[in-house]
Amino acid sequence: MTLFEAYPLLLVALVKTGILLFLALTAVAYLSWFERKVVGHIQSRLGPYRVGPHGLLQPLADGLKFLFKEGVEPQGADRLVYYLAPFLALSLALSGLAVIPFGPAEIEIFGVRTTLAVAEVELGLLFLFAITALGVYGVALAGWASNSKYALMGGLRSSAQMISYEISLTLSVIGVVLLAGSFNLREIVAAQQGYWFGAVPRWFLLPQLVGFLCYFTSAIAETNRAPFDLPEAETELVAGFHTEYSSFQFAMFFMAEYTAMVIASCLATLLFLGGWESPLPTTGAFAWTVYLPTVVLGGGGALLLVDALRHHRGFARGVLALLGALLGGAAWAVAQPMILPLVQGPFWFLTKVFLLLFVYVWVRGTLPRFRYDKLMAFGWKVLLPVATLNALVTALVVLLRESGGLAGVLR
Amino acid sequence: MGSTINTPVGTTETLVLNMGPQHPSTHGVLRLVLELDGETVVRARPEIGYLHTGIEKNCEALTYSQAITLTDRIDYLAPLSNNLGYCLAVEKLLGLEVPKRAQYIRVLLTELTRIASHLVWLGTHAHELGAMSVFLYCFREREEIMKIFEYVSGQRMMTSYFRIGGLALEPPPGWLEMVDRFVRIFPARMQEYEDLLTENRIWQMRTKGVGHLRADDAIALGVTGPTLRGSGVAYDVRKAFPYSSYEEFDFRVCTRPEGDCYARYLVRLDEMRESLNIIRQVLERNLHEGPFRAEAPGVIPPSREKMKTEMEALIYHFKIFTEGFSPPPGEVYQTIESPRGELGVYVASDGSPRPFRVHFRAPSFVNLQALPRLVEGRLLADVVACIGTIDIVLGEVDR
Repeated sequence: MTLFEAYPLLLVALVKTGILLFLALTAVAYLSWFERKVVGHIQSRLGPYRVGPHGLLQPLADGLKFLFKEGVEPQGADRLVYYLAPFLALSLALSGLAVIPFGPAEIEIFGVRTTLAVAEVELGLLFLFAITALGVYGVALAGWASNSKYALMGGLRSSAQMISYEISLTLSVIGVVLLAGSFNLREIVAAQQGYWFGAVPRWFLLPQLVGFLCYFTSAIAETNRAPFDLPEAETELVAGFHTEYSSFQFAMFFMAEYTAMVIASCLATLLFLGGWESPLPTTGAFAWTVYLPTVVLGGGGALLLVDALRHHRGFARGVLALLGALLGGAAWAVAQPMILPLVQGPFWFLTKVFLLLFVYVWVRGTLPRFRYDKLMAFGWKVLLPVATLNALVTALVVLLRESGGLAGVLR
Repeated sequence: MGSTINTPVGTTETLVLNMGPQHPSTHGVLRLVLELDGETVVRARPEIGYLHTGIEKNCEALTYSQAITLTDRIDYLAPLSNNLGYCLAVEKLLGLEVPKRAQYIRVLLTELTRIASHLVWLGTHAHELGAMSVFLYCFREREEIMKIFEYVSGQRMMTSYFRIGGLALEPPPGWLEMVDRFVRIFPARMQEYEDLLTENRIWQMRTKGVGHLRADDAIALGVTGPTLRGSGVAYDVRKAFPYSSYEEFDFRVCTRPEGDCYARYLVRLDEMRESLNIIRQVLERNLHEGPFRAEAPGVIPPSREKMKTEMEALIYHFKIFTEGFSPPPGEVYQTIESPRGELGVYVASDGSPRPFRVHFRAPSFVNLQALPRLVEGRLLADVVACIGTIDIVLGEVDR
């Protein structure tokens, strides 16, 4: 009897972890491509376009480059901590992904029915906050261990920033937790099911609009992204906490930052945007929306195929045609009655996450950077009070609703 | 200036940070030694000399005409302004009158240079404060100006287009249409930058009240140009000591009383509009007919046709290009308003074909003296904003 026979769930968890890691790392790599493309077009330039058609192989080239570069260790660096920091940053960021449910449906792997999440944690939200809060260690340790003034200041800045914004981040979702009455991410999504007036989704976005804005702003700061990218403020601190890092250690910080972005967007989707719920009712006049995944995939595939004809180099043509064919095949597959209901959840979930990631990039292309002291003032004097007030008002409303009005409370 | 900061090891609470000479936002190779208490700057000392090129000394080894090519490289963001300053100085030495047409074209091109230089300033300054897109928008418009320069002179940056007595070449046909097109599109483009920055809360937070420079301090430090006008002093060489027919054009000296980074930002934006205004007025003049350089046998190369038909012209041509011309002994000082401030050119002649001494009063060098005054007691992030708004070019600081 092998280990896996004794513990079949272990095998399932390992398989799911493997798939998730592969998907997440690919997504992160292509997120960098996406960001460079979008920012490029915002700035009236093309972005990467040399490596592969539309620069599609750029992430691959970047990854290879990082692998083959020499990792330089600064003189006087604290060796153990210096090498531990990027590992800590990336592994903590990735482990946050484990508790995120990507859809409602159960699937079957090797005869074992399981859900679309690596781990089902009862207090998923708390776990996520705990894990992302630990992420500050990677940054602070990197800044300290590098034995460099710029890195030290970057590390200090970002420790202060991440800890400060952690508080408003957590407070801003208290409203959601109160409304849903649970810390379980699945139950929070379940609480957002249904529609007002038959068409407006009952997402927490509307009742918790203030909470959402607070959450998203804090999340941008928490992930050290523009306009709160002070820890790595290129034009002040060279590269902040990772100034001294090169090679794959730098790539690990880079991936950790992007993974944090993905997690923050996933969480915003789950808490405020109804998770995998469709924005339109799938019955009645909107029944056709179940075929949207097919339309999107098929349309994308067709665009790629048409684009393949426009390219003249055989390689670019081949890559584009292959991708187009793959998307077309996927479009056909998701239209099958057996798979159709399975893909609805992940489709809407990923669409919403993608939109939020676009906002991240959009903000970066538009706004100047905050100054350190103003950033702290904004976090403590604006975001925190607003988030607290939001939580208090929500608590009051929930209390009034549950005890049947003011009279009920006073009784 | 120039003395590094020494703090005894292990006894102080402050940290000495070497900003530069290799740093993303020191505009080249400025080295700034900062003494920091946390993020607050206690002391700041600029260290210069990393881009010393010896241009002033080199001028002594070249003839008066040859030295023009070196002036391009002093302030490499405004080569034509340097050309103009130097040419005006030598023309003053020679007592030469430049034809009106050449003067107008000089005004037009130096105002374009001012816009191009301010665009680089705005782009880099915005980028340093984190507004990445503005940088690329500014360079997009600067590229249009570079195309005009390339079309007119054959070079994008190191044009050497102004020569003693006028211009290097007859400007090619169609160049005025290019300028006209630029003048028409540019106001809308400026509106784009303003939309992104002027009313932006974060931008105002970063620049308003930051790097305050009082008017009397600015005057005492010898600060000139937009940096001085941002402190409310309406001093502009184009108005105070007009040259190259600037007195014929109607323009405003843009000032702001606040004296902070935001004021300097607004002044430079206004100046771009005024430059555009001047260019529009120049375009109304007759720029098509008339000589493009003065007639001065022995000093200015004769036209090709004359050289082929007149014996004397041939001899002068030969002499100008072999040994150069010899101005009378004496010394002159000429100032112009470069994009960065008052650019003074001192030329001393001993009667030989090569200048005895050339010196440039570089506005970047002088304005840099104000930097410690601006940043001491402020935050590290403000240092970047302040370096940005005094708009230094290290090539000019070190020469």
